Amino acid sequence: MLDTARRVATPEGIEITLRVAGPVPRALAYLLDLVIRIVIMVAISISVAMLGRFGLAVFLLSAFLLEWLYPVVFEVLGSGATPGKRAMGLIVLNDDGTPIRWPASLTRNLLRALDFLPFMYFIGYCSMVANRDFKRLGDLAANTLVVYREQKPTTARIPEADPVAPLLPLSLSEQRTLLDFAERSARITPDRAAELAEIISPLAAEQNGPAAVQHIVGIANHLVGRR
Amino acid sequence: MKQAAFEARYLHEIERFEKWLDLGRRKWRRNDTADRAALQTGDVPAAYRHLCQLMALARDRQYSPDLVDRLNHLVLRGHHVLYGPAGGQRAQLFAFLASGFPTVVRTERSLVVTAAILFFGPFLLLLAAVQFYPDFVLHFVSPAQLAQYEEMYDADNVRLGQRNSDDNIMMFAFYIWHNVKIGIQTFATGMAFGLGSIFYLVFNGTIIGAISGYLTSAGHGEPFWSFVSGHSAMELTAIVLSGAAGLKLGSALIAPGNRTRKGALIEAAKPAIRIMYGAALMFLIAAFIEGFWSPLKIFSPQIKYAVGIILWALVLSYFFLGGRRRGT
Repeated sequence: MLDTARRVATPEGIEITLRVAGPVPRALAYLLDLVIRIVIMVAISISVAMLGRFGLAVFLLSAFLLEWLYPVVFEVLGSGATPGKRAMGLIVLNDDGTPIRWPASLTRNLLRALDFLPFMYFIGYCSMVANRDFKRLGDLAANTLVVYREQKPTTARIPEADPVAPLLPLSLSEQRTLLDFAERSARITPDRAAELAEIISPLAAEQNGPAAVQHIVGIANHLVGRR
Repeated sequence: MKQAAFEARYLHEIERFEKWLDLGRRKWRRNDTADRAALQTGDVPAAYRHLCQLMALARDRQYSPDLVDRLNHLVLRGHHVLYGPAGGQRAQLFAFLASGFPTVVRTERSLVVTAAILFFGPFLLLLAAVQFYPDFVLHFVSPAQLAQYEEMYDADNVRLGQRNSDDNIMMFAFYIWHNVKIGIQTFATGMAFGLGSIFYLVFNGTIIGAISGYLTSAGHGEPFWSFVSGHSAMELTAIVLSGAAGLKLGSALIAPGNRTRKGALIEAAKPAIRIMYGAALMFLIAAFIEGFWSPLKIFSPQIKYAVGIILWALVLSYFFLGGRRRGT
């Protein structure tokens, strides 16, 4: 498993896997949000420019709201992600994998005031690279994680082939590797598939090229129990 | 059981659950019964538990990664739905104001008192010192700023505490923007072992004390005090509470007790953020008073002082008495 995968136990007694996001995608998400906020502020300042001091009041209030509540509102009501995070495929969750609510979101976003110091989120960055979950100080206090939003998994199935019994007994993890290869064989180029299959030519009955791939897919079919 | 048999037996159920998830929040509530074969919202928890069991089996039996990933994905989505936020937040807000906020402030009273001393100590000290040595103020505030403040509290202004070029709603917005920002800074920097909160409390106490003292000794006392008396209760208490919330975070890191520092911090953040909810609300009320009531000149200073004292009494009695049940 990759070292950014985190397993979280649920009350049902199983573990789900989350993949935590590092500083770079999070910084990009922040920049995107910053651009969105600046665009909104410019739009507001143009539209209220005629209103004099009342316009200035509207401007100041919206600056305040955009600075502090923009991330909170999106994280709580917008299923865990600001527009920038959504674009980067990120989502904020509690440490136990549940969606965050107002207290956690407010905690992590008010503590931006500290993470931001002394310039450009330097403290937040130091904190992120110093712990294994890439948490900035706000995340530490609020007990939240920024993880990759699960992509809808590909439902490529193992290609049908005549089942072949393997010549050697296979351990569970070896079986799983072969199943993984069989599923991926349809997604990678035939040349690469053949190259990979030839590595384990003793299993593939010393065949080469597409025949080796076919043989291993056959073993996979045997392993999943197709007749 | 081999994977093919497993899929033949359970794939239908897995797809049924996925179809329900894809319906979206609005249709879950409506619980459309048009499609008899579809999963009903009432049956979701049981279906989810079974799905969890299927995933555990699939993982344990080392079925192919795509199948396990798909189950993991569905379980995760189901987990988010089942353990997502519940409703009833409006009632919670009322309960928080009626009892939760004063209770949590009383629970943290040692920190609140510490923060109050850190703020009001320098404030009173400077207020008194500048009466005797008016030049002392120049150590903290530049002459240009002082001139600005003198202009703000000129007795001939149309409104108190505001230059004639300002207006109420603009100043209201400015106070929110400015004061809440100070509150958040005072809170957040407390995570640096309390140092930031201490700095902001002492710093703001010093500056406010110096300026108040200077304006009083320079003969602007009446317009100044009748301006600030109205909102002072809300605003100064809110700063102190922000500092106390910051100190809560800092003290958890300094003295975590028999927990890890991280664990203690997470525990401390919960009451701290509750104090911050209340403090933010108080800043909001303070800005409202400061923007619309405090500048009024049609009321005599005596009335304004009286209102100020009443508000202080209300704020203090709210924190001392609010949320105590009868007979406990």
